[in-house]
Amino acid sequence: MPIAHSVVSGMGGMRTAGDLVARMQFTQKMRISEAKAYVANKLKVSAQDLSDVAVMREVREELGFGVVLGIPGDPKGMEAKARIAEVLDIRINCVERLKRRGRA
Amino acid sequence: MSTYKVRAGDGRFISMTADEIRRDLIEGSEDAADRGGIPPLEENEIDRLLDLFLDQAGVVGVQIGNQVVSTQDGGDHRINADAGSCGLALAIGRIQELHLHERAFGQDTIELGHIDYSYKAVRPIVAQEQSYVEHALLTTTSPLMYGAMPNLGLYYAPDGPYANPSDLLPAGKVKEALAAQEEASLHAQRDIVYVGTRLADSGLDAMNLDTSGSAGDADFLASLNAAEELKAKRPDLGIEMGMASEFVLGMHGRLSYKGERLAGMYPHDQVRMAEAAGVDVFGPVVNTNTRRSTPWNVARAVCFVKACVQAANIPIHANVGMGVGGIPVLDTPSLDAVSRASVAMVEIARVDGL
Repeated sequence: MPIAHSVVSGMGGMRTAGDLVARMQFTQKMRISEAKAYVANKLKVSAQDLSDVAVMREVREELGFGVVLGIPGDPKGMEAKARIAEVLDIRINCVERLKRRGRA
Repeated sequence: MSTYKVRAGDGRFISMTADEIRRDLIEGSEDAADRGGIPPLEENEIDRLLDLFLDQAGVVGVQIGNQVVSTQDGGDHRINADAGSCGLALAIGRIQELHLHERAFGQDTIELGHIDYSYKAVRPIVAQEQSYVEHALLTTTSPLMYGAMPNLGLYYAPDGPYANPSDLLPAGKVKEALAAQEEASLHAQRDIVYVGTRLADSGLDAMNLDTSGSAGDADFLASLNAAEELKAKRPDLGIEMGMASEFVLGMHGRLSYKGERLAGMYPHDQVRMAEAAGVDVFGPVVNTNTRRSTPWNVARAVCFVKACVQAANIPIHANVGMGVGGIPVLDTPSLDAVSRASVAMVEIARVDGL
């Protein structure tokens, strides 16, 4: 079922910018248009580019956001999320937790 | 006269003429409008739905640029759970399932959950769930949610500590039945808040209070109160509230939240309560009628959800799974039906996600 929705109407998750737009909905209660506009502005792409794998693959690699392919050395997990929090200027709970522990 | 293949509400193919499909679309929309006290779909929206069903392609999709984000319910269970949870029962670990959802299935968010999928069951093993959340957060990039249900039914005898209202009411013990629901609601609220604060302290991105209201208005009230308390204690924890049905059953009948009676609320009113509780994303549900066609069910669901979207100030992720949101009641749903409901929700109801 989720794969069907992803193919028919989904942004594509880490293939594109779906995870980033979802973060704006959960951290800022942004509706879809506002969330796309915010992320597009931060990434310096158009809102339509956010669902385009050809554009977003390069953008994600450049910004260190992590991609779906297994690329050695490419940021993954916490490393990618720390970059996402910085570029989108949002708080990501596990990144904040890591910062607190890092200072302790 | 030409006929077109569409699905019945139970998933079987049936043949209908274009006039019959249009009639069902209008009747489905009017049924929602009548029950919910909301406007029916407009003529151009009926025309768009008709185009979707007359298109005999196996799969349809939204226009480029109209894509929305997705959340889930059941999360990783769809792979390792058995068919009772519409799962595949594959022998694979929970963290691996999250990786598959994120890296292979193109999901915008990922969700972890306990196999029982009820907060009551999670409470005694929350330390175990915290460990899974912490492991998952290290190696995943997408927003990680934790999902479970308030599931108030588990708090009543013989499964829980409170007398069962379904036994008390037929015996004429109305006061006792009301009191049992009020006590169970508070107990569920405590369990949800306990689990939520512990998981938030592990770094979780968001909680999914899934299938809220399944045991009626006391169940919905437990979700609302828990969301409000969690937001006060852990404001950075995102909260999604997904509903159990289109209509809040008045199993108690007198419960209210912020001065409004919960029993009888439809999605466009439910979302106002969710917003007042601090919920970040709301998931309306519209049930499928197996005796009507998919065009009737999709039009009806879209009409309800469109009113909810218009009433909302927070993102709306419509539930469009087996037996809800216009999808046939079948645990192996057909792509032709799912894709039409998906497009209709995005391009007519204007949801923010699914």
